[in-house]
Amino acid sequence: MSNITTLFKRELRSYFVTPIAYVFIVIFLFLSGALTFYLGGYFERGQADLIPFFTFHPWLYLFLIPALAMRLWAEERKNGTIELLLTLPVTMSQAVLAKFFAAWTFTGIALALTFPIWITVNLLGDPDNGVILASYIGSLFMAGAYLAIGSCISAITRNQVIAFVVSVVICLIFILSGFPLVLDFFAGWAPEVIVETISSFSFLIHFSAISKGVIDLRDVIYFVSVIGFFLFANAILIEWKKAD
Amino acid sequence: MIEVTDLSKRFGSIVAVDNISFTVGKGEVLGFLGPNGAGKSTTMKMVTGFLLPDSGRVSICGDDVLEKPVAAKKRLGYLPEGAPLYSDMTPRSFLDFIADIRGFSGDEKRRCIEAVIENVNLQSVLDQSMDTLSKGFKRRVGLAQAILHDPEVLVLDEPTDGLDPNQKHEVRELIRAMALEKAIILSTHILEEVDAVCSRAVIIAGGKLVADGTPTELEAQSQLHNAIIISLPEASREPAEQRFKALPSIARVEIINNDVNGTSVELRLTPKDGKNTLTEVNQCVRDNNIEVAEIRLNRGRLDDVFRQITQDVQSIS
Repeated sequence: MSNITTLFKRELRSYFVTPIAYVFIVIFLFLSGALTFYLGGYFERGQADLIPFFTFHPWLYLFLIPALAMRLWAEERKNGTIELLLTLPVTMSQAVLAKFFAAWTFTGIALALTFPIWITVNLLGDPDNGVILASYIGSLFMAGAYLAIGSCISAITRNQVIAFVVSVVICLIFILSGFPLVLDFFAGWAPEVIVETISSFSFLIHFSAISKGVIDLRDVIYFVSVIGFFLFANAILIEWKKAD
Repeated sequence: MIEVTDLSKRFGSIVAVDNISFTVGKGEVLGFLGPNGAGKSTTMKMVTGFLLPDSGRVSICGDDVLEKPVAAKKRLGYLPEGAPLYSDMTPRSFLDFIADIRGFSGDEKRRCIEAVIENVNLQSVLDQSMDTLSKGFKRRVGLAQAILHDPEVLVLDEPTDGLDPNQKHEVRELIRAMALEKAIILSTHILEEVDAVCSRAVIIAGGKLVADGTPTELEAQSQLHNAIIISLPEASREPAEQRFKALPSIARVEIINNDVNGTSVELRLTPKDGKNTLTEVNQCVRDNNIEVAEIRLNRGRLDDVFRQITQDVQSIS
């Protein structure tokens, strides 16, 4: 455990000693604000909730999170520090978890810094803060799933651009599988079980379920198992591709 | 302390390491020699547990690297090839991180870090970003990281590569100072380094271990071991050559070095079976009143042995 803490602290600090943290946070806040107010019609709707804010999170994460995750392992590989890291007395799972949790915590910090919008909605009206809290939690879990995918893909290459592009595509598949466009395509001919299975893999379905204010255990389990699966694959892939 | 048994590793169809076995005991410094791509680094990566071997075992002080990786890694300090470092850190924060992960805390941790900074002379760059450090300092930070926890086993992949002669000397002094209580493996291209710090050397070529011995033993394998070099005036070359050729213990007499202005010449006398024939030759010189400027015995150069052995391997494969 103390190994994870040590690695976690080093990772988290590395975001803040480089411009990554500041660039990421500023862009995240700017885009989430812009999307909420312009595309989401925050004021025009005249309702005291944060739906226009959270609706865009899956799309915002689609580009921002792979950008954050692409360096996790690809950079270690490129610089050769992976050899240093993995010959320290730590296990592979400790290294994978520490990196993931550091990136997740960082995303959490960025998400928490959107609090002015929560203050705004409370000043303007009387929103259901329970729903808002649930949405934040759902958003954080969804970010974790994106990160786990990004971390896993980052493990197989030393090229960060490749890691980014492939992660975006895989995350997009996870979003689109819940999109009416895709589901309608299958609904025409495939049995309902398959359509449901496809839609059950979607970030959108589970995220929107949580952001209605109900934290269903199934939705949480879904995100946790996506995270678990990709981190497990992450550890295996590093072990397997270490020599390259 | 380090036991390597039948270690093999393939990358696709290339056999990188082919059935290598060796042991290194406490107080020994084992030098890994070999051409580029011979499998030195791959062997070291398997010894440190970074790469998994296809077959064979590595044990560090009794702990098997495959079965008890964490226990083995605790006893081990490793400087990877090129001394990779986290460029976003400073040497101070980096060593602090290493000390944490090696399980030090409080006063003990401070003492460890201070000692290692002293040892490798890092005081002047402690708070500089690693990105901006010179090659020599990077190498020293890498070395500091490897010896911080005073490990029983040290594996150093080209520890002096890219250093200037003074820095090389410092690093060698440091290795020599640590050699008594540790088992050390180091790889190098620089053959004089083997003479300077290693108590034993192995030559790896084509993934195989092709020679193993003390530097002196290896030098004795040179075809020119115990050859005698005589320099004498050009005028007395003819008769001297005849006399030497007549000696029963001498196999060959060659002219190896003609002076520019043609006044003096060097002869090389290669003995039969690599025996030391200095007394005989000396006797011959005195008996025949040959005028010589210098007589010296060639110990055989590691360079020659290295080329001889590694080229043999290449021509076979």
